[in-house]
Amino acid sequence: MSPKLKLLVYAVLLVCCVPFVFPTWWMATTSLKPVNEIFAFPPTLWPSDATFEAYRQVFALQPFGQQYLNSFYIAVLVTLGTLVVSSLAGYAFARIPFRGSGVVFVLVLAGLLVPNEVTIIPLYRMFDGLGLVNTHWPLILIPVLGAPSVLATFIMRQFFITLPRELEEAGRVDGLGRFGLFWQVSLPLAKPAIGAVSIFTFLHSWNLFLEPIVFLSSKDKFTIPQALTQYVDAYGGALWNVQLAAATLSALPVLIVFVLAQRQFVEGLAQTGLKG
Amino acid sequence: MTLVAEKPAPAPVRAPERAPYWTMRRRDELAGWLMVAPQLAGIVAFVVVPLGLVVWYSLHEWNVLAGTFDFVGGANYEQLGSDPRLGPALRATGLFSIGLVVLNLSLALFLAVLLNQKLRGTVVFRTLFFSPVVVTLVAWTIVWGFLLQDNGGVNGFLDLLGIDGPNWLRGDTTAMIAVIVVQLFKGVGLNMVLFLAALQGVPAELYEAARIDGASAWARFRRVTVPLISPTILLTSILTVVGSLQVFAQIAVLTQGGPGTSTTVLVYYLYQQAFQFHHFGYGATISLLLFIIVLALTVLQWRMRKRWVFHES
Repeated sequence: MSPKLKLLVYAVLLVCCVPFVFPTWWMATTSLKPVNEIFAFPPTLWPSDATFEAYRQVFALQPFGQQYLNSFYIAVLVTLGTLVVSSLAGYAFARIPFRGSGVVFVLVLAGLLVPNEVTIIPLYRMFDGLGLVNTHWPLILIPVLGAPSVLATFIMRQFFITLPRELEEAGRVDGLGRFGLFWQVSLPLAKPAIGAVSIFTFLHSWNLFLEPIVFLSSKDKFTIPQALTQYVDAYGGALWNVQLAAATLSALPVLIVFVLAQRQFVEGLAQTGLKG
Repeated sequence: MTLVAEKPAPAPVRAPERAPYWTMRRRDELAGWLMVAPQLAGIVAFVVVPLGLVVWYSLHEWNVLAGTFDFVGGANYEQLGSDPRLGPALRATGLFSIGLVVLNLSLALFLAVLLNQKLRGTVVFRTLFFSPVVVTLVAWTIVWGFLLQDNGGVNGFLDLLGIDGPNWLRGDTTAMIAVIVVQLFKGVGLNMVLFLAALQGVPAELYEAARIDGASAWARFRRVTVPLISPTILLTSILTVVGSLQVFAQIAVLTQGGPGTSTTVLVYYLYQQAFQFHHFGYGATISLLLFIIVLALTVLQWRMRKRWVFHES
């Protein structure tokens, strides 16, 4: 590639970066600006007089710490639960020749075709009937057992299919039963698939919005995405600096983990779509 | 004294040699069923049964506030047919989906091709383009909402360039554009990474051969790259289309379906009918319509794979 062309490619890449990077930058810096500066003209890229007042209000106006904890523990439980359900099912579909496997697999895959939004009304009525509305149960049970875990099962299956047959035969000779083969031979080799499933399941749960606003009604039960929209003044106008401070707090941990482990993140998520 | 003739003790009855019931095959069979059981039960309880209930509800007039649940047959479907808000909702959904899919796939492919060049620093750029994928969806939407205000950052910077920007979220056309753009930059990094992985699987010899044959860069892209990565194009297009039909948080946070009904997509309309107006029966009818659209588009794309997926492993 000629140096001129190289320079051009770099220039194009740099320009393309702006809409990807700028909003996050703007979110973090604006949350530190005093109120009179957030709509300053010309816009300032760095707060002239940084203040943490907005961050203080984030916690003063809502039980934000509790809401943070809610989002976190729900996402962790959903991730762990999905791993259990999807690795078991994925393994069975990939490696166990049992009668009815094909039919069940098609039925489970069909779950991918049904968006959550389609079934939200009956699911709401069902959980209402069980007295579980305004609890975190729907936000945990539906993703772990329902349609969202199907993609995870599919990814695990695609991974287990690629393991060589000889590995399990050796395990059989050593006297392992089916569950032993799964737990001691195949699962330890599935780390890349487990990583991919964990990342996208955690992100999916962390971002969930429709389900929380349908199922939850009291502020101390809220999850982060729902809580972010609640920072408004008495007239319903947005408290921008407070919203952006809370938004920054919601994005930072995942962003930091991402920057530290971006290889695993990117390659993990690329795997989810690769072996289609 | 009677001698009781001693009968010879009967030979112990031995069961005929039988294979143990729990053969390896049977054990496997049981293990298989046990291992898929949680997933299968979940799909039945949280997908199959609710889907059946959606059909059932759609035949009823169900007003939760009034506590009524009456069978009305096809009345909800008739209402759907004559609902003046359905046309605009379908239109908004179509505009959003088409706009997003076209922009997303072309930008993702463009960036992937750029990053696939042998250049220093591509990993840094890849990280930057990918970063919005991991930012909380609502946080990303909120900051764009802030940027797109009349006196917000976008217009502030446009002003510096001497351009008088519109009030993005308050105009019919610009609101739809804004929603598409916000979602575009949020998710394009994922498709870019999928394309990048596919591009790296294209053998370099093919490019060499094409180069020797005198093919231009564009011809090499059209005739070598695109056919070889077409399975990934199919996959990303299905994922992006289905995802675009489910857009909700962005609409709820940025525009609340407005101005007017210009950004009221089907899912948002469904949410309004069911959870704001408490028309669960009619909401269920809209749910079914959404399901049929998702199903039809997925099947259509899958059918089309024969036509344009040249290479399938």
